[in-house]
Amino acid sequence: MRLLIGSLFAFAVAALVGLGSTYFALSRGAAFGSLTIGSWTAWPKSGTSDADPYARATIARTGQLPMALGDGVSFSARADDQGRALDGRCDVVVSGVTPAARFWTLTLYNTAGELVANSVGRYGFTSEEIVRSADGSFAITVAPRANPGNWLPTGGVERYGLVLRFYDTAIGVATRASREVPMPAIKTRNCP
Amino acid sequence: MMRWLLLLLGGALLGGIVHLATVMALPRTATHDAYSRLAAGAPVNTVVALQPPTPDNAPMPLMDPAFVSAVCRYDLSAGPLKLTVPVGPAYTSVSFYTRFDVAYYAINDRAAGRRIIELDLMTAEQHNQMPEDVDVTAADRLIVESPSTTGLIAIRALAPEPGLMPMARASLASARCEREDVPKTAK
Repeated sequence: MRLLIGSLFAFAVAALVGLGSTYFALSRGAAFGSLTIGSWTAWPKSGTSDADPYARATIARTGQLPMALGDGVSFSARADDQGRALDGRCDVVVSGVTPAARFWTLTLYNTAGELVANSVGRYGFTSEEIVRSADGSFAITVAPRANPGNWLPTGGVERYGLVLRFYDTAIGVATRASREVPMPAIKTRNCP
Repeated sequence: MMRWLLLLLGGALLGGIVHLATVMALPRTATHDAYSRLAAGAPVNTVVALQPPTPDNAPMPLMDPAFVSAVCRYDLSAGPLKLTVPVGPAYTSVSFYTRFDVAYYAINDRAAGRRIIELDLMTAEQHNQMPEDVDVTAADRLIVESPSTTGLIAIRALAPEPGLMPMARASLASARCEREDVPKTAK
């Protein structure tokens, strides 16, 4: 009897620890080889056949097709430069310059990876659509209400993520965070 | 007390094995991965245009709304495939995925260097069986080796501004992925 209760207890612990850690690892995106620059994180290796088991499991679980490294690299951000989670009710400014790439796109998704409905039907920007200042830098205002300049509507959702994709770029598995890879800053302004 | 601590430790160790086993097994058991989602609406060895993602409906999560996409779900068991993709207005890429959604190769319009991306997709075995002279005469022929017999090709064309969407869509509409018309010699 003692043996039975003991082994049941051990199995319960095993299931809790095993499944819990799997769930936790996959919902946090725990693949190896991440490249973090400022608030932006990319997993260049997930887009190659060297993708590790965690990357493969995350890809299978979310149902996305990862961006192949020969195509480009996708950076995502869920928080601003202060570490504060991106809030769709605040005005968030994404500004600066981007690393060299033939094209880039910035897209806003909700936490499930879906586009967010808004009154103007704008879900993101491409590098060609952006209004830039004289020195080539840009500022995009991610806000619930219309703003002058580059306005990316949030639809007022509570949490969202930004995905910045670089197409035909030299950023890859060997890239390290440095001055050669300047990423735009993310700052939260007025919050109600 | 000691006995419970030992059981807890044993359970935690076993939990580590459960963790590794579930992570490794997940791609093979997932029913909502990209390949399974697309399998229903995409016949084998045909280019199928995907609906542009909208807030209510998207073929897959995290699709780039600035792109027009099409997929070709391939099965090489009957022989190699020929893929032809005309280049769109700005940027066109072709990415290859295995059955378990691992990207193993991608090429874009600039790397292809022509107004049309043309390549042959085959398994390593089919590549080895190819007569040598064919390989030599068609030096500019691009051959991609697929690590698996089945998989997915994602063809995407960028519309840098919304006005160029119809142009990008038109260029993908004439993309083809099909069996090579020359029947393979029996071996």
